Amino acid sequence: MIRIEQLTKSYQMGGESLQVLKGIDLVIHKNEFAAIVGPSGSGKSTLMNMLGCLDVPSGGKYELDGQEVSGMDDDELAEIRNFKIGFIFQGFNLLHKLTALENVELPLIYQGLSTEERRERAIQSLEMVGLGDRTDHKPFELSGGQQQRVAIARALVTKPPIILADEPTGNLDSKSGAEIIRILHDLHAKGNTIILITHDPNVAQQAKRMIRISDGLIVEDVEVG
Amino acid sequence: MGIIQAYKLAIASILSAKVRSFLTMLGVIVGVGSVIVAVGFAQGSTKSISDQIKGLGSNLIQITINTRGGNRGVTLDQLLDFSDQHADSIAALAPTMSASVTAKYGTKTHDTTINGTSQEYSLIRNLKVQEGRFIQSIDVDLRQKVAVVGTAIVNDIFIDQDPIGEKIILNGQVFTVIGVLEQKANGQDSSDDDQIVIPISVAQRLSNQSVIRNFSIQAVDAAQVDAVMTQLNTFLYGIYQSSSAFRVFNQAQILSTLDTVTGTLTVILSGIAMISLVVGGIGIMNIMLVSVTERTKEIGIRKAIGAKKRDILMQFLIEAMVVTGIGGLLGIGIGLGVIKFVIGGLGIVPEVYSITWILLSFGISIAVGIIFGLFPAYRAANLSPVEALRFE
Ligand SMILES: Nc1ncnc2c1ncn2[C@@H]1O[C@H](COP(=O)(O)OP(=O)(O)OP(=O)(O)O)[C@@H](O)[C@H]1O
Ligand SMILES: [Mg+2]
Repeated sequence: MIRIEQLTKSYQMGGESLQVLKGIDLVIHKNEFAAIVGPSGSGKSTLMNMLGCLDVPSGGKYELDGQEVSGMDDDELAEIRNFKIGFIFQGFNLLHKLTALENVELPLIYQGLSTEERRERAIQSLEMVGLGDRTDHKPFELSGGQQQRVAIARALVTKPPIILADEPTGNLDSKSGAEIIRILHDLHAKGNTIILITHDPNVAQQAKRMIRISDGLIVEDVEVG
Repeated sequence: MGIIQAYKLAIASILSAKVRSFLTMLGVIVGVGSVIVAVGFAQGSTKSISDQIKGLGSNLIQITINTRGGNRGVTLDQLLDFSDQHADSIAALAPTMSASVTAKYGTKTHDTTINGTSQEYSLIRNLKVQEGRFIQSIDVDLRQKVAVVGTAIVNDIFIDQDPIGEKIILNGQVFTVIGVLEQKANGQDSSDDDQIVIPISVAQRLSNQSVIRNFSIQAVDAAQVDAVMTQLNTFLYGIYQSSSAFRVFNQAQILSTLDTVTGTLTVILSGIAMISLVVGGIGIMNIMLVSVTERTKEIGIRKAIGAKKRDILMQFLIEAMVVTGIGGLLGIGIGLGVIKFVIGGLGIVPEVYSITWILLSFGISIAVGIIFGLFPAYRAANLSPVEALRFE
């Protein structure tokens, strides 16, 4: 369960302080499927980075499964990212020198798993996103939709309870986008907590809950679907 | 992340940028290569000189009379008497007088050294003849113009010809060759095989000098060497009333002086080579800093999916170590190649390989990797994941 209270984030810009998040209160329960929407620059990605422990808040509280996250050091945060969170980035963020399989194995390397176990789980994960036949392809040999699916396979391979997706369909045509949403639905059905950012109202309608952010504050929080 | 995994990662990353990796290594290759060559050269020179000194025989004592003594001083007869009186500790004594000459045989010439001495010299220096005979007392007494030649001279001017009985001209005087010295070195020029031995009395005339300044003495055994040296010092001091007019020394002293000299040589040469290693290390740091910047995005991705600080630190550090380690191995290979084919192959000095220095320079190249990789690796490890991910 995710619980944040009065979460703020400011950036220091040449002496001036720019407050991007202005006090967010939010509770997301286990196995929820929430969409975050809002205009560009409203702070969606900033919030998502906070939830994904990629960045630390300037103020407020963030409790993840009963653990206070805001006071943790870098390595503790890395551990949470590694074990609890599967992050799907807007820009795929694959390592282009590695094959699909090696990219998917990466989080498991940092968990210290053996080569065989890594391989086995990475192949499983790639099969789950329908790329069982593309394991040895490098990212540039794959289509955008396929790359995004590799990124999803990488997020899933550690079997994290929480999946965070920052505009997972943003760069894709509607067919590939629909495929990605279908995978997210499957994961939700299996018990994962899913939080996704989107600009696409149709995609947002796929979720069970829609959180609208404007200018660093939550302005709407409704059930949908 | 395990160590083996980190090595695999490092090797993959090095292979993905072969040219750059090689250029990074270049400093270490050159540095380690020159350490190996420098040390090999210094030790080779030491070996060649100390081999020559050891070849002189172990119980050898030498006396040198300084020019300052003028024309007065100890005579051969005085020393021979002295040696007879101490027959229990002195096995033999021979005078020596050397000079450079050009030996002529027919139209052929050969620049060499003549050694005027007596019969005892063959015992003291362990010189045997492979043909003919050595100088004998009668040659000295009768001032016979006879010569015993080394194989270097035979090889040069008596090709395919028996030199015994042939006439050669030394400083305008005609000498008859009566023997050929047994080969001691490899018959090359400037080695022990490149000398002509003639009677001391003839050498005195030839060089127009009556004073003999060099004597070689053989103690009966090594244990007597110190005692004989003391006796000689006392005896000579009695004659000259000054300890600076003469010098009595033996092989052990020369060897220890030589060791100091070549020790210094090794330190200087390898010091210079070390500097090039440090320069190489700075090059590595430079290239690695660029590489960390270029790979900011990669670092961001790795951290975002769970890499800890030490995972990134280890990745870059091991990469630096593998680069310098491979560079070190290549440097050692090239250095040994130079020693074998250039220094040893051309006969400049004998080939000497020092395991200590090979291991040491390999260790140093790894250390260079660690030291100069640390800063870039530390930088990479401390990047914030969000900042790094934003990097394009
Ligand atoms: N590292 C940073 N330094 C300075 N300002 C930043 C930084 N990161 C984000 N911002 C600012 O914070 C604001 C919110 O950015 P954010 O990326 O969260 O927007 P967003 O809602 O995800 O927009 P989009 O829909 O376009 O992705 C923007 O005005 C942006 O300029
Ligand atoms: Mg965004």
